[in-house]
Amino acid sequence: MSRPEILIVDDEPQMRKTLEITLQSNGYTPKSAASAKEGIIMASNHPPALVLLDLGLPDESGHVLLQKLRRWYTNPVIILSVQKNEEDIVKALDNGANDYLSKPFRTGELLARIRSALRSLITDDADTALNFRDIQIDLSARLVRKNNQLVRLTSTEYNLLALLVRNEGKVLTHQYLLRAIWGPGFINQSQYLRVFIAQIRKKIETDANRPEYLLTESGVGYRFISQI
Amino acid sequence: MACICFALSGLVGYRVVAFILLVTVSILAITFDILPVLVAAALSAFIWNFFFIPPKFTIHVSATEDTILLIMYFVIAMINAVLTYKIRRVEKISSIKEERANSVKLYNTILNSLSHELRTPLAAIIGATDNLQTNSHLTSKDREQLIAEISKACLRLNQQVENLLNISRLESGHIQAKNDWCDIVELVYDAVKRVEENNRDRKIHISINQEFPLCFLDKGMLDQVIYNLLNNAAIHTETSARIDISATIHGDILAVLIEDTGSGFVNGDIKDVFDKFSRSKALTTARRGLGLSIVKGFTDAMSGNVDLEKVHPHGSRFVITIPVKSSSIKLAEYEPARDINR
Repeated sequence: MSRPEILIVDDEPQMRKTLEITLQSNGYTPKSAASAKEGIIMASNHPPALVLLDLGLPDESGHVLLQKLRRWYTNPVIILSVQKNEEDIVKALDNGANDYLSKPFRTGELLARIRSALRSLITDDADTALNFRDIQIDLSARLVRKNNQLVRLTSTEYNLLALLVRNEGKVLTHQYLLRAIWGPGFINQSQYLRVFIAQIRKKIETDANRPEYLLTESGVGYRFISQI
Repeated sequence: MACICFALSGLVGYRVVAFILLVTVSILAITFDILPVLVAAALSAFIWNFFFIPPKFTIHVSATEDTILLIMYFVIAMINAVLTYKIRRVEKISSIKEERANSVKLYNTILNSLSHELRTPLAAIIGATDNLQTNSHLTSKDREQLIAEISKACLRLNQQVENLLNISRLESGHIQAKNDWCDIVELVYDAVKRVEENNRDRKIHISINQEFPLCFLDKGMLDQVIYNLLNNAAIHTETSARIDISATIHGDILAVLIEDTGSGFVNGDIKDVFDKFSRSKALTTARRGLGLSIVKGFTDAMSGNVDLEKVHPHGSRFVITIPVKSSSIKLAEYEPARDINR
């Protein structure tokens, strides 16, 4: 398999260097840009498999760059942000980012996010029967099995789970989920989500208090992950 | 006042009235600024003259004795006003000075605690990297250990920076709770998980009802409160000590209890343990101080309360109480009716 190209857009030379070494030694081909301008030129000259984008760039906000990129670029974009500002992160996700990491982050976490973002690219319109460790989900038959036992989900529970599963690895924001499952009038009813996520966890997680599939991104949203 | 004096003047004579007026001016001088007090002094002299000194209801004074008294009255009233004002100003200046001295002391404490908290992990990182770069006699086990030390120091630095950011958010004064519906069970388990990840040798016991209602509060703040208290307990108690967390809700009061069987706080510490950068003899307490002032700051911001109690025979118990709106879960309400077909 070829080495997927990853474009790093970050103005900190130290950060670029570390990321380059990490990516290089983990089977990727890193390329870096130090500014938004350089980033957009490099991305359009040779579209990478994935973009790692720092939000705080000197010449232009990462948000603006992301919007420009998203006019034509469809591969995953992962946001690197130095602030744990939830509004900032939600904004980036709403603008089409696939995922985010706040600095400082662990290398293992970064690699896991990259793997999962690249994978979701491959399985986007793939088969309808999915296997995740002890869970099987048949999207065409709308059936979920845990340890080969049928899991009884209500329609809303199923729809919510299926939406998260289809976007495996990707963070879906509260507002996005509420709009998609309950409708545009419900985007402020966050308690609906909390109740249903708790309910689904009780049915599909081995220990609902220590979830392995349905993860909370505090203040941002939820994600479904298939691999630990 | 003048009316009362007028009524009394028949009884006590107009000269006593002067003293009553003088007392009134003095009392005014204690609470009011210089200008209104001077006006009051002049006015009272006029009132005394006009209403009381014979012949009444004229500015004219007949007896020489009364003229001298009137002038004396006016001078005393003025001096009185000016002196009281001066005394108050001196008091004010000295209290500002004291405040400034206190803030300098606080600032120094912060700097001391900070430089210790930031330099210790930095020293570990610099020492370890120097060793890795220049020492050619290191065994692979040595290298592994040095790298582990760097990693640990980085985590500690990160935690310190996080704490400082929180403190400065609190210090800026305009921190406001952003309330949303929050799953307390999830929050508690998540905080415990993070503390256990950072302190691999510790196990925290959780006791919480799985059917806990959703609470309307600032999740980020409550998380910081719980995380800091648990992390403190994990760092500052012996490995053998037990750490417990429990949460309950009574009416609209959420109560979170965090208890350990460590050696506990010194009796005298308990009172000022939440003070900003409180620092007893040992530096370890300063380390606790930063976390605990964050705990205090965030509970205040949620209009809640945090108390520290001694546990017998030894240990500490933190009790956090927060007024919240809560909602019991009724699933059917949230399910569009036509949807229930499974």
